[in-house]
Amino acid sequence: MNAPDLALQHVIDPEICIRCNTCEETCPIDAVTHDERNYVVKFEVCNGCNACVPPCPTGAIDNWRHVARAQAYTVEEQLSWDVLPPQTASTETAETAIPEEVQRLTAEATAGLGTAVAAPWSAEKPSVNLFTPRNPVTATVAGNFRLTEDGASSDIRHIVLDFGGAVFPVLEGQSIGVIAPGTDANGKPHYVRLYSVASPRDGERPGYSNLSITVKRVDEDHDGKPVRGVCSNYLCDLRKGDTVQVVGPYGTSFLMPNHPGASLLMICTGTGSAPMRAMTERRRRNRASGDGKLLLFFGARAPGELPYFGPLMKLPKDFIDINLAFSRVTGQPKQYVQDLVRARAADVATMLSDENCYIYICGLKGMEGGVLEAFRDVARQHGFDFDALWPQLLASNRIHIETY
Amino acid sequence: MNIDYSQKIPNNVGLSDDRTLQRALEHWQPEFLNWWADMGPDGSAAFDVYLRTAVSVDPAGWANFGYVKMPDYRWGIFLNPAETDRRIGFGDHKGEPAWQEIPGEYRANLRRIVVTQGDTEPASVEQQRHLGLTAPSLYDLRNLFQINVEEGRHLWAMVYLLHRYFGRDGREEAEALLERRSGDQDNPRILGAFNERTPDWLSFFLFTFFTDRDGKFQLCALAESGFDPLARTTRFMLTEEAHHMFVGESGIARILQRTCEVMNQHKTDDPATLRSLGVIDLPAIQRYLNFHYSVTIDLFGADLSSNAATFYSTGIKGRFEESKLTDDHVLKDATYPVLEISGSEIVTREAPALNALNEKLRDDYIRDTLAGVGRWNKVMQKNGIDFQLTVPHKAFNRQIGSFAGVKVAPDGRIISAADWEAGVRSWLPTDEDKAYVQSLMGRVAEPGKFAHWIAPPPMGINKQPLDFEYVRFN
Repeated sequence: MNAPDLALQHVIDPEICIRCNTCEETCPIDAVTHDERNYVVKFEVCNGCNACVPPCPTGAIDNWRHVARAQAYTVEEQLSWDVLPPQTASTETAETAIPEEVQRLTAEATAGLGTAVAAPWSAEKPSVNLFTPRNPVTATVAGNFRLTEDGASSDIRHIVLDFGGAVFPVLEGQSIGVIAPGTDANGKPHYVRLYSVASPRDGERPGYSNLSITVKRVDEDHDGKPVRGVCSNYLCDLRKGDTVQVVGPYGTSFLMPNHPGASLLMICTGTGSAPMRAMTERRRRNRASGDGKLLLFFGARAPGELPYFGPLMKLPKDFIDINLAFSRVTGQPKQYVQDLVRARAADVATMLSDENCYIYICGLKGMEGGVLEAFRDVARQHGFDFDALWPQLLASNRIHIETY
Repeated sequence: MNIDYSQKIPNNVGLSDDRTLQRALEHWQPEFLNWWADMGPDGSAAFDVYLRTAVSVDPAGWANFGYVKMPDYRWGIFLNPAETDRRIGFGDHKGEPAWQEIPGEYRANLRRIVVTQGDTEPASVEQQRHLGLTAPSLYDLRNLFQINVEEGRHLWAMVYLLHRYFGRDGREEAEALLERRSGDQDNPRILGAFNERTPDWLSFFLFTFFTDRDGKFQLCALAESGFDPLARTTRFMLTEEAHHMFVGESGIARILQRTCEVMNQHKTDDPATLRSLGVIDLPAIQRYLNFHYSVTIDLFGADLSSNAATFYSTGIKGRFEESKLTDDHVLKDATYPVLEISGSEIVTREAPALNALNEKLRDDYIRDTLAGVGRWNKVMQKNGIDFQLTVPHKAFNRQIGSFAGVKVAPDGRIISAADWEAGVRSWLPTDEDKAYVQSLMGRVAEPGKFAHWIAPPPMGINKQPLDFEYVRFN
C-alpha cells in the first residue's frame, strides 16, 4: 500500500475559542501562538502531549485534523480562519475525526473515572483513527474459536483477523471498530461497534499483520431480555476466509506502562479479559528480570464460561498471580472479583500505594462500584483513605476503567 | 506538584509545617462555611453538582470532574510552582530577586491590593446567589455553581496571603471579608460594580463577560508582582477565571443566536413582536451591554492616579503582559494618552505614563473586550441579520475618574442634562426592559432542555452530552 505520510494536526476551533490564553500559558513547549484574531497551534512544534486539553474552558482546543504531513495547515492559514475547515479540505485521504459513535461509546465506557485520564507516562504512543468508516480496511478471518464450553450459557469467541499487506498498528488496550454489513431497520448503515484487541502489539501471530479480538454473542440485554446483537452475531458466525470491514484503531489512555518495574493490577469479567490478555501476553513474550508484578482478578459464572481459562492455567505462578472468582458453581458460595480483592487485601493495598503500579478495570458496568468499594475497604484496613488517593491516581494516570 | 487532600484544608503550600498558620486558617474555615451557608447559592446545599476540582496545579490535575455537594467542595490553597531565581521585572526594583516576604514599607499598599481583590470574590457569589432558582438549563446551572465555588476558592487564595504575610491586621481583614455584604447600605463591598444587583441571566452573562474580564486583567497585573507569593497565587487563579469568561461569552452568543433564529423565522426585527415571541430583542441586549461595560471600566480606577504610579514603581503591581512589552519597564520619562474635557469636547492629551497606568490597563481591557464583541457580531452575520453590537464611548456613564458625572452620549458627545434624559431610555436598560427580561426567567430542570430565549451550547462540559444530568437536585 502506497499510503501518503499522514499526520494528526492539532487545531483550535475559532468559533468556540474565547481567546483566554490558557492554552498558550499551559503549553510546555510553546506550540501555541496567537494574533488579534485567533489562537493557533504550530504544527511543527506540537507533540500532541494534550497538556492544554483539560485546562481549556471551552473545549475548542480538542480538535484534530488528518492531513498529509507536507500539506499541514500553516500558522498563517490558521490565523485567517473564521471556522475550522472541513476534515477533507486539504487532501484526498484526509478523513473525519474519531466517529461520533466511537466517541460516545468511549465516553460511556470511561464515565466511571469522572475525568479524562491520560495514558501512563511510559506508554508507547498509540496510532489512532487510521481507517475510518468512509475508508475502512478489509481484514480476513484467519480463525474463529469458541472459548466457552459447549454447555456454557454464553458463546464467547476468539477471532483472529489478518490485514494482509495493510499496516494496522495497535497497542495492548486499544480497540478496533467493526461495522456489520447491511443496513438497519431505517435503511441506515449499522453503527460501528468496538472490540478490545486481545493480542499484543506484534500480533496474535508475531511478525504478521494480524490481531485477535474476544467477542461475546449478544442474545440478551443487561436486564436479560432477549435481543440479538447485530455486530456480535455477525462476528461470531464468521468463518475462516470471510472478510470484515475494520476501522480504527481507537484508544489513547487504557494503555500499559513500559518502564522497568511497572506492575499491573488487572480486574476483569467476561470479554473484559481481552486487554488483560493482550498486556499479559506482551509481558510474557518480553520477560525480563526486574519486571513488576502482575496481579489478575478475573470473574465469570463458572470455569467453563471463562474465556482463556485453559491457557491462563498454564502460565507460571512466578509470572502472574491469578485469582478467579466464580459466581455460579453448584455447591459453592457465590464469589465475585471484589470478594477476592478483599481476600488479597495486603497485596492490593501495597499495589494501590505503589506509584509504579497501574490499575485496569474492564468488564460489565455492574462490577465497577463493587470493586471501588472493595478498594475503599482494603485501604481502610491498611490505614489510608482510598477517596483521598483517588485524585492522585487520576492525576498520575494510574487508574483506567472501561466498562459497558 | 500534588495537592495534599488528606489535610483539612487542601493545599500545596506545606500548611502542615506551619502550625500557627494552619490553626489560624482552620479557625477561619468554619466562618467561611457559615458565610457560604448564609450567602452562597440559595437552597443548593443538597444538590449534587458535576464540578471540576483541582487536584494539582499541573495541566493533568487541575480539572477533575465529578459530582460534589457544594458545601463539601474542597476549597483550598494552590499556588503555581515557584520559578527558580525569579526577578522583579519592572519599577525601581527591576532586576532584583522577587520577594518571598513583604518588605515592611510596602505592607500597607500590598494589603490594600489583596483586600480589594479578595473582596470581589465573595461579593460576586452574593450577587449571584438567587440565580440558581431561574437557571435556563441544568448545563447553565452547573456553570453558575462552578463559578461560585471558584470565586470561593479565590477568596481562600487571598485569605491565605492575608493570614500568612500580614499578621494580625491580615487576620482582621480576612474576617471583614466575610462581614461585608454586596449591596448592603451600612457595610457594602468595596467596589461599586460589586454592589450592583445581578437580577437575571442576561445580566449574569454580561457580568461574567465584562466584570470577570476585569478580574482577568487585574490578576494579570498582579501576576507580575515583585511579591512572589501574590504572583504565584494569581497565576493559578487566572486558569480558573477563563471558565467564567467562557460562560459569559458563550451565554450571550447563545441568546443572540436564539433571537436571530426567531427574527428569521418570523421575518421581523420589531422589539415588541420579538418580546411577544419570547426572545430578547437586540436593542435591549445593546442597552444591557452599555450598562455592564460602563460600570466595569470604572473598576480600573481614576484615569490619573498617583497610587497606580506608586504600585508600579515599588514593584507591587505590573502592567498587563509586562514581560512582553519592550520599553524600559521603569516609565520615568514615558507618556501615555488620556482623555480629558476641553470646553465642550473630549480631547486626548499625553500624561506621564506612570500616573496613567490605570488608563493603560483599562485600554488593554477594552481591546480584549472589543474582540469578544466582534465574535458576538459573527452570530448576527452568520444568521444574515443586519445588526452589530458596539461598546459605548469610554466616557459614557462613568462614575469614577475625570468623566464622573459628566453627561456623555454613547458616541462620545458631551451633552446637556436634557439630552441625556431624552436619550437614556435608548442607551441604558429601562424598567420595562428589566421587567421583560425578568419575566422570562424560570428554572428549566429537565436534562437536555433549554429555556426558549437561549440556544443550546455547541457542546457539553467535559465532553458530556447536552442532556447529561449536570445537577441532581436530590
